[in-house]
Amino acid sequence: MKARHKRLGFLLVGLVVLGAASWLVFNALGNNLSYFFSPTEVAENKVPADHVFRLGGLVQPGSVERGEQLTVHFDVTDNAHTVKVAYTGILPDLFKEGQGVIAQGRMGPDGIFVADEVLAKHDENYMSPEVADALEKGHQKGIENMAKGNKPL
Amino acid sequence: MSGRLSFYRFSSPAAFYPLAGTIGKVSALIAVVLLAIGLYMSFFVAPTDYKQGEGYRIIFIHVPSAWMSMFIYLVMAFWAGIGLVFNTRLSSMMAQALAPTGAIMTFIALWTGAFWGKPMWGAWWVWDARLTSELILFFLYIGFIALQGSIDDTRRADRAGAVLLLVGVVNIPIIYFSVKWWNTLHQGATVSVTEGSSMSTIMLQAMLIMTFAFWAYSVAVAMYRVRSIILEREKDTRWVSELPEVRR
Repeated sequence: MKARHKRLGFLLVGLVVLGAASWLVFNALGNNLSYFFSPTEVAENKVPADHVFRLGGLVQPGSVERGEQLTVHFDVTDNAHTVKVAYTGILPDLFKEGQGVIAQGRMGPDGIFVADEVLAKHDENYMSPEVADALEKGHQKGIENMAKGNKPL
Repeated sequence: MSGRLSFYRFSSPAAFYPLAGTIGKVSALIAVVLLAIGLYMSFFVAPTDYKQGEGYRIIFIHVPSAWMSMFIYLVMAFWAGIGLVFNTRLSSMMAQALAPTGAIMTFIALWTGAFWGKPMWGAWWVWDARLTSELILFFLYIGFIALQGSIDDTRRADRAGAVLLLVGVVNIPIIYFSVKWWNTLHQGATVSVTEGSSMSTIMLQAMLIMTFAFWAYSVAVAMYRVRSIILEREKDTRWVSELPEVRR
């Protein structure tokens, strides 16, 4: 066995051990590295009580209510569970109904999540307004078609 | 037999030095041409995004630099591993030559990301898994440059740097898959090998051209830098003293 074969062996074994060690570490950390909790996790009481945490999900369409003095109420949903959120402050440009958001704050005693920061979460889709428009129209057409009792296109 | 020999010939710094000059020149030319085409497409040909407006155009810089920041690290770790195992001088020089470019790419990715994050997310910086692991990559580059620069004996410096680089390789899959493994504020991959892309074709073309431009740039500067490192490390050899640009 030449010296360089020995070194190559050391290197490969080292990398495998290192990979295994980091795999174990990240497995143990699990979801602790996640940036936010989903409404389902809130419903299952997996979130820290009396502690600041982040809540992430979609803004339920039709739920945004602008109250007095910049306070906004809206529902955050993951299409399984919903959490009511109250936020006082300026919302980011991308904030919209149906848009992904991440709110930081704590649960109030009344079950309303009081946020002191709201961030918009962007998705991975990039397209021109014309394409988005066409997709939206196609979607509407499909819904109308379904309503008439026809099979999906 | 002869093909194999002629390939290995370039592991000698003296043989590689003129070749590096040629590769550097060609790559620089390719980089300039692709950058001109890519920037024109990014700003004038690619359509406005339906949701983000014009602000999305930062991806034409952000994504290529982020890809290159990870790719350059892997190439560096590869050369460092080869240098460690086979004791070839040139491989360690290649790792050293790539480091500043990798650090710059990482910095550009972080910086342009912050510019995009403020208007779109509402925050310059958040400590989510993707952003944090990319910041660690930046520290790995800086750490490698500092570690190698702090040891005077080049052989020991190369070995120490190589070990650091190889340990840091763990970080690359973490960066790449962070958006999949954990909930992050950073969005998932728009372009993926397995699932294709979720962006319009012209945007994708512009982004790929920019990526190849960044790639060619990285090759060009790495080649110029490795030539300087060869001259510096081999300055006491005969072949260097006989070079026209050294003799004067």
